[in-house]
Amino acid sequence: MGAIESLRYFVPELILLGGAFAAFTLDFFLKQKKIVGEFAIFVIALAISFVEAPVKPLPLFSGMFYMDPFAHFFRYLALGAVAVTLLVSLGYGPLKKRYAGEFYGLFLLMAFALILVAAANNLLMIFLAVEFVSLLSYLLVGFLKDDPRSKEAAIKYLLFGTVCSGIMLYGMSLLYGAAGSIDLLTIGDVLFHPSMKPLAAAAVLFFFAGLGFKISMAPFHMWAPDVYEGAPTPVTAFLTVAPKALGFAVLMRVLGLTFWNYAPVWSPILVILSILTMTVGNITAVSQTNIKRFLAYSSIAQAGYILMGLAVFSQLGDESVLIYLLVYLLTNLGAFAAVTLVGEATQSDSLDAYAGLSERSPVTAAMLAVFLLSLAGIPPLAGFIGKYYVFAAAIQVNFITLVVVAAVNSIVAAYYYFRIIRLMYLVPASGPAFTAPSKALTAALWLMFAGVLALGIFPGFFLTRILG
Amino acid sequence: MIGIPLTHILIFSLLLFAIGIYGALVRRNIIGILISIELILNAANINLIAFSKYTSPSPEMGQIFAIFVIAIAATSAAVGLAIVLALYRVRKTVYTDEVNLLKW
Repeated sequence: MGAIESLRYFVPELILLGGAFAAFTLDFFLKQKKIVGEFAIFVIALAISFVEAPVKPLPLFSGMFYMDPFAHFFRYLALGAVAVTLLVSLGYGPLKKRYAGEFYGLFLLMAFALILVAAANNLLMIFLAVEFVSLLSYLLVGFLKDDPRSKEAAIKYLLFGTVCSGIMLYGMSLLYGAAGSIDLLTIGDVLFHPSMKPLAAAAVLFFFAGLGFKISMAPFHMWAPDVYEGAPTPVTAFLTVAPKALGFAVLMRVLGLTFWNYAPVWSPILVILSILTMTVGNITAVSQTNIKRFLAYSSIAQAGYILMGLAVFSQLGDESVLIYLLVYLLTNLGAFAAVTLVGEATQSDSLDAYAGLSERSPVTAAMLAVFLLSLAGIPPLAGFIGKYYVFAAAIQVNFITLVVVAAVNSIVAAYYYFRIIRLMYLVPASGPAFTAPSKALTAALWLMFAGVLALGIFPGFFLTRILG
Repeated sequence: MIGIPLTHILIFSLLLFAIGIYGALVRRNIIGILISIELILNAANINLIAFSKYTSPSPEMGQIFAIFVIAIAATSAAVGLAIVLALYRVRKTVYTDEVNLLKW
């Protein structure tokens, strides 16, 4: 499909792009930056209303992008994540300064970039879209101008990220040399030949370096705790879910289209990395004293569980990844909305601030408890559904060791999630009750809370709708 | 025409890649690391151009790819230097081992 013809199917993305520049322009004229934020949420809502499900997979822009149900799912995921993050940032104090308008504009660009990542269908577009998301994330992480920790997080993220994407690019250049094409399917056909095996194995490793960084997979996870701790809390909330989900999307597409023939090579590697990721995340999370750092390690562990679904490489495995990503998005954004709320009220991200939260703000404490239980995978919450599908996918192909390790890991995880809940409910409060938080933040919290409960209690109803 | 054999170019680009990775790992100065990253990206560029000249049935693809990589390298250098500058303003240092507020 040619470029002009494709534009018809590209309306939500064009709205996002136009909205982003409109937001930057509005920022010039408005003193009240909150309005730019509200405008950004309006743009996202407008984009969502124009999203239409593709009847058949559409190769947009001469096959550069591939708009199929898979990309469509991630389109909703990206838009939802950005919308909730914008709601959370409207209630985030440190932003209420001169630059807040740009912050919202950058998030609109981010939504655009994330959709491109999900739809990218060749090496060039994957590289460009992933870099687009990365560059925006570096800027957003370092957004608090006077906070040295935010700057430090940004520089660490930037150095780690560019090295990893440079490695991935080198792998891409080798694939281009072997196949003479940058289209994922064509490369897959060329790699089918047995003589290509060493090259394919090397290229898979290069991809794991580049995309493993995005999803915070074990040997490439070192940046995550520092960046998540230093970044502004709404940005942390966003980074733990959206770029990670899209990293999984690209990895699934690349492994499924290009390296499907080499599943016996990469599947065991992914199993080992998955075990490593969840173990490292869970064991280190136990001893944390800062809530953002704690959730950072928990999110590394969650990435390990999602990798299980990828490692099994089956229909059920792929679906379990999508389900888990959705569940994880709702739960983690909710948890971080609660963290933002507490951070606003107490000006602290330390775990001590959570002592006696049930007395200081009963509703927040109850919701945070629900989110933590969902992360631990306790029924009847959404997290349980995600874990159930991932475990089922692994058992179906007889990866028993993986399942056993994951189950043991879940128990460790339950210990530290319950530690926070104990802190909130059994330790006496250290300060007065909270004053009423901002409306937008409360709305985000309730939305995610409703999502976690709804997906947990009526999984069938929602999952058939989402996965078709 | 007697050209440079493809293998030589590939070995050269591999060396460049290795130097880049080595520099990124051992350099203390953040600017030095950014330069090493440019080396990694350019190693990939050399690969792309060499393949587009020697083996590819669609040579223009590799060249376009390389141009995009150059653009991305420029933008990430711009973003990188901006962040380094901002870091220098608040911390007065560009050495990685002195940037240590966030740990364990």
